[in-house]
Amino acid sequence: MPVPQKAGTVRSKQGSNAHSQSKAPAVKNSKIYSKKKDDEDWTELGDGGDEWTQGKTLLKPPDQLDLSEAELKEEFTRILTANNPHAPQNIVRYSFKERSYKPISSVDQLAVHFVLEGNLLHKDSDEARRQRAKQGLQEEKPAEASVAETEDKPDGPADVAEDAGDAEEGAGDERPDSVDVKPGIKERKLTNQFNFSERASQTLNNPLRERGCQTEPPPRATFSATANQWEIYDAYVEELQKQEKNKEKQKALLSKKEEDKGKKKTTMVENPSDDITKVAKVSKIVERMVTQNTYDDIAQDFKYFEDASDEFQEQEGTLLPLWRFQYDKAKRLSVTALCWNQKYKDLFGVGLGSYDFTKQGRGMLLFYSLKNSTYPEFIFPTLSGVMCLDIHKQLSYLMAVGFYDGCVAVYNLKDDGPQPVYKSTAKTGKHTDPVWQVKWQEDDIDNNHNFFSVSSDGRVVSWTLVKNELVFTDIIKLSIEGPINEGQEGMQLPAMACGTSFDFHKQTDYLFLVGTEEGKIHKCSKFYSSQLLETYVAHNMAVDAVKWNHFHPKVFISCSSDWTVKIWDHTIKSPMFTFDLNAAVGDVAWSPYSSTVFAAVTTDGKVHVYDLSVNKYEAICQQAVVAKKKTRLTHIEFNPVYPIIIVGDDRGYVTSLKLSPNLRKKPKEKKGQELPKGPEVEVAKMEKLLCLLREPESTSND
Amino acid sequence: MAETGESKKEETDYKRLHSFPLIRHTDMPEEMRVETMELCVTACEKFATNNESAAKMIKESMDKKFGSSWHVVIGEGFGFEVTHEVKNLLYMFFGGSLAVCVWKCS
Repeated sequence: MPVPQKAGTVRSKQGSNAHSQSKAPAVKNSKIYSKKKDDEDWTELGDGGDEWTQGKTLLKPPDQLDLSEAELKEEFTRILTANNPHAPQNIVRYSFKERSYKPISSVDQLAVHFVLEGNLLHKDSDEARRQRAKQGLQEEKPAEASVAETEDKPDGPADVAEDAGDAEEGAGDERPDSVDVKPGIKERKLTNQFNFSERASQTLNNPLRERGCQTEPPPRATFSATANQWEIYDAYVEELQKQEKNKEKQKALLSKKEEDKGKKKTTMVENPSDDITKVAKVSKIVERMVTQNTYDDIAQDFKYFEDASDEFQEQEGTLLPLWRFQYDKAKRLSVTALCWNQKYKDLFGVGLGSYDFTKQGRGMLLFYSLKNSTYPEFIFPTLSGVMCLDIHKQLSYLMAVGFYDGCVAVYNLKDDGPQPVYKSTAKTGKHTDPVWQVKWQEDDIDNNHNFFSVSSDGRVVSWTLVKNELVFTDIIKLSIEGPINEGQEGMQLPAMACGTSFDFHKQTDYLFLVGTEEGKIHKCSKFYSSQLLETYVAHNMAVDAVKWNHFHPKVFISCSSDWTVKIWDHTIKSPMFTFDLNAAVGDVAWSPYSSTVFAAVTTDGKVHVYDLSVNKYEAICQQAVVAKKKTRLTHIEFNPVYPIIIVGDDRGYVTSLKLSPNLRKKPKEKKGQELPKGPEVEVAKMEKLLCLLREPESTSND
Repeated sequence: MAETGESKKEETDYKRLHSFPLIRHTDMPEEMRVETMELCVTACEKFATNNESAAKMIKESMDKKFGSSWHVVIGEGFGFEVTHEVKNLLYMFFGGSLAVCVWKCS
């Protein structure tokens, strides 16, 4: 109760400080003296110590008014007004309008006691907003600090940071629609310390490390070309040609492999890595050049050498050895067949196998060219030994081959593969014994190629190439005439003769001769399958070769292992000429340029050349052509054009020899006689010889 | 008269015969080659008159499909020598008279 009154009275006292200045301290002192103890806001207003000693005697200051007691009891009313006692009450101002001083009616009663320029701004004023934007975070921190103190947190700064983060998020979420949202404004989440407890922690952050790497750049290559109209045109033309070729190929051979090849070609991808095949043709030519340069002298001899000594030797001639053809892998094999190519006069085929019954193995088919004597042009390895070979007269890429195991096959030189195009099997009628001879025939009525084969199983079979197959037809089955073995209970089994060679007549196609192992020669016709037209008892041993004369229609020659060579007229049963060669004769061949010249090879390594118009009894040339005496010559063939012969032996070598002029004598042509008359001249020549022989023979037979 | 008629016929025949796409040189793998060739054919047929647009189309598609950065040249008469990333070059003819060369080199 007394407190508020005291305050009020103190203030009024202060207002009239000038009058009652002296009384105030005394009054104050007494007031202070009895203030209450629990009021702590009071400030000490004076000394408290001196009041105790003074007691209660009233002291009068010297300049105090002395008033009587009556005057002392006089009451003065004081009225508190809002008037400023210091304010003048009679301010006069000069008025220019009235040109005089005028008193101002209302005087400003405001007394300014204290002025302090503050820096508080209203929070919604512009300045305040601006400041808030700038100082948003700074304001928050002091506010947070104060909050943290009041809330008694153990982790001070971390939590503050956490709170700041939370509050920020909260603020951000709660005021998303406010246009003037400044990034720093947060509204504190109203969390009380009972429901919410914030926890935070900091994980270990691994130290950072820099790593760098440089990959290898992808490989690069340069490429250049020109794109012109003519190049484009050429490319297209080439492509079209290739496509057409492929179409033809596909029509001809319907195997899968061919189709794949065709597909590959039509995609027209040039493989730059395929270099070797491009060089193949060039390397072949270079090889030939090198070979011919190496063997240049032989080539010169082949072309130009004529044995000058022939002029001095009246009748005899010589054989000049030329090239020698050998192939490494064919060393153990013997030459079993030789055949010249009709179209390419320098190409000849060699069949390799073995005559030895006990030593049968694989075989080979090689083609040599005279232009390259070191390496064969074509090589075909075969499973069984090749026994005979014939090249088609018109289609010189087709060859028929007979094997030791009785199969026949047809090879196509145009094919790249080593396999034959056709091959006979046990189902398709292959021979059961070695095939000794094959010969191409004319195309039949359906324009299919066909060839004949003769074998030790006694069958002469015709094979026709129909599309992809070999169709066989038995022409003749040879049987032994004469006494048949009666050893088996009286039954007379017709024993099969073994054919070892045959030859077709040059002019009359259906007529052919077959030589047998028994030494007989049968004359047969294609049309009569069961009957033999004629049989000649020719030799004592197997007939190794039988050949018709190229010119004379009636004459043929045969040779045998019984050392003899015999010349026959097919109308007469006994031979016209017989020659004994002192060794088993492997092969005999007529020369293509003369009807009276023939050559024979024997197992003692000699070549015998006979010319009947020169010498009817003896050879005009007998020459050993192989180095080692033990090698046996197996086959001989005349080249249709050049004056050379090739001779095969049982070591796998083929030797070529040039015939000296004496061996190639043509009858002296009278002036006026022309070449077309050649064959007829030959025929006439032979006929003359035969006439000489025939008459005495007929007389002797009688 | 007959000769010009024939030559005209030959021209149209040649154009008809020679308009298939003919790859002259490439070292791309199979699928990439086929795809690129088809893309070039499409582009050249679409922009038969404007080589630049055709080249642009080819280049942008190749960049998207096989990565940057590809270069394309289309024309009827030009020579070139380029360095290219291995297995990323195609040089082909199309339409009887157009040559297209596409290669990648970044």
